[in-house]
Formats: sequence, C-alpha cells, structure tokens
Amino acid sequence: MTSPTTDRIAVSSDQDVVRVRQLVRTVAVSVRLSLVDQTKLVTAASELARNTLVYGGGGTVEVSRVENGRRAGIRIVFADQGPGIADVDLALTDGYTTGNGLGLGLSGARRLVDEFAIDTGVGQGTSITVTKWCR
Amino acid sequence: MERVPILKIGDTLLVSIQIDMEDQVALQLQEDLAERIVATGCGGVIIDISALDIVDSFVGRTLATIASVSRVLDAETLVVGMRPAVAITLVELGLSLPGIRTALNVELGMEMLARDHGDSEPDDTAMQDGDDAAVSAP
Repeated sequence: MTSPTTDRIAVSSDQDVVRVRQLVRTVAVSVRLSLVDQTKLVTAASELARNTLVYGGGGTVEVSRVENGRRAGIRIVFADQGPGIADVDLALTDGYTTGNGLGLGLSGARRLVDEFAIDTGVGQGTSITVTKWCR
Repeated sequence: MERVPILKIGDTLLVSIQIDMEDQVALQLQEDLAERIVATGCGGVIIDISALDIVDSFVGRTLATIASVSRVLDAETLVVGMRPAVAITLVELGLSLPGIRTALNVELGMEMLARDHGDSEPDDTAMQDGDDAAVSAP
C-alpha cells in the first residue's frame, strides 16, 4: 500500500530541478536505498525533471514512498501539459534528441530505475512514472 | 545566481564545485573558465567534483565542453574526485565522458599536469627520476 506521504513540487525553473533532486535524495535516504541506488535514482530524477521543464514547458513532480509487501521503494511521477511525445520508441533511443541535449535523458533514466512507465500523446502532455525498490 | 569560484595556483586553474549547480550556474562556469584561461595563460585546469553526489547528462556534457574548449585554448583539463557511485551511475546512464582526462584527487591531478608539462623541462624531469627511484625502492 502507498503510505500517505507524497511530496509535490511544481517545476517551472532550473531552481526547481535542484529542489526535485534534493527531495528525491531525502526520501531515498529515508527508505534506505543503497548509496549507488540513491545516486541512480537522483540522477534519473534530475534528467526527467529537466525534461518536464525543457520539453513539457514545466509541470509537477510527485514523490511517494511505496511498499510491495516485502520491500520499500520510491515512486516518482513527472507530469506536464506540454506537446506530448509523438514517437515514444524513438524518444527512448539513445542519442535521439529534438533539443540540444545528448539524447540520453529519457533512455538513460529508464536504465537507472526498476520500473518505468510513460503515458503520452501528441497534444496530451506527458506523464512518466518511475519506481526504485530497495534490494 | 551563485557562481563557482576559480582559483589560480601557478600554471593551473583550480575549480572545486561545492554546490548542487543549477544548469545556468554550470553554463556560467564554462564561460568564466574560458575567459580565465585566456586571461591567465594557464596550461592546466583541474575541476574537483568530489563534493557532487550526482553528475547528470547536463553536467556531464558541460564538463566535456569545458575540456574541449580548454584544449582549443591550449589548456589541459582534468576532472578529479569523482565518487564511485557517481562513476557507476554515469556509465549506466550512457555517458562515459570520452575525451575527458580524470584523476582520483586534486593532488594526483596536479602531479599529472606537472608531468605533462615537465616533459620539455629538464628541472622537472630530474625530479621525476627522483620520484621513480623512491617508488621502485623496496
């Protein structure tokens, strides 16, 4: 069951991306993710929060503690009302970018988490949900 | 906006990133460093990231750009002090930082730059021999 603690950050500037990183770090420590897993999750969150800002035109990030019976974990939802992603498979390809980045944000972030779900469509905004479980 | 300080030590510019940088701060550092390299004529740049608990693709790209720009300006960049968890994460992210030279800490970085520079300077070469002798002694 999901515990009641969900923190929400509105992302509309570079400074908010930093706040997302700090919040995710704090929660990752509190559910006792290993140091390497904390680092991976915070890095993934940084990539995805920047995407929310740069490609989605801003949005929200929600960080929750979750449990699946045996294990504790963190779930993060990045949501924006931007233009959406036309071709998700292409967007998840290493090196593909429509901006001026390296094209590693989305594909790299997916590799750094345990679960990755993307809900998007042209004109419908984008919502990405990632989960990392304690080992 | 915060700014990352750049220190000059001899022929080297030393940058120690101690804050969780906003993207704009990283870009400002890139510009500031290029200007300082030209203004000082320094041949080496050391960027200490031991205080950073993550390096994402934006910071990684900024480090790579700094290394390329400084090379064009006749300076060599070393990134030092990367934490093990950061290294693991960077590689998994898909960013292995090709073209960036690294050292484990500032001290080893300074030695590496001195050695680069020392190749053409007899004084340094002499010191180098001394070091080697000391290392190989039982």
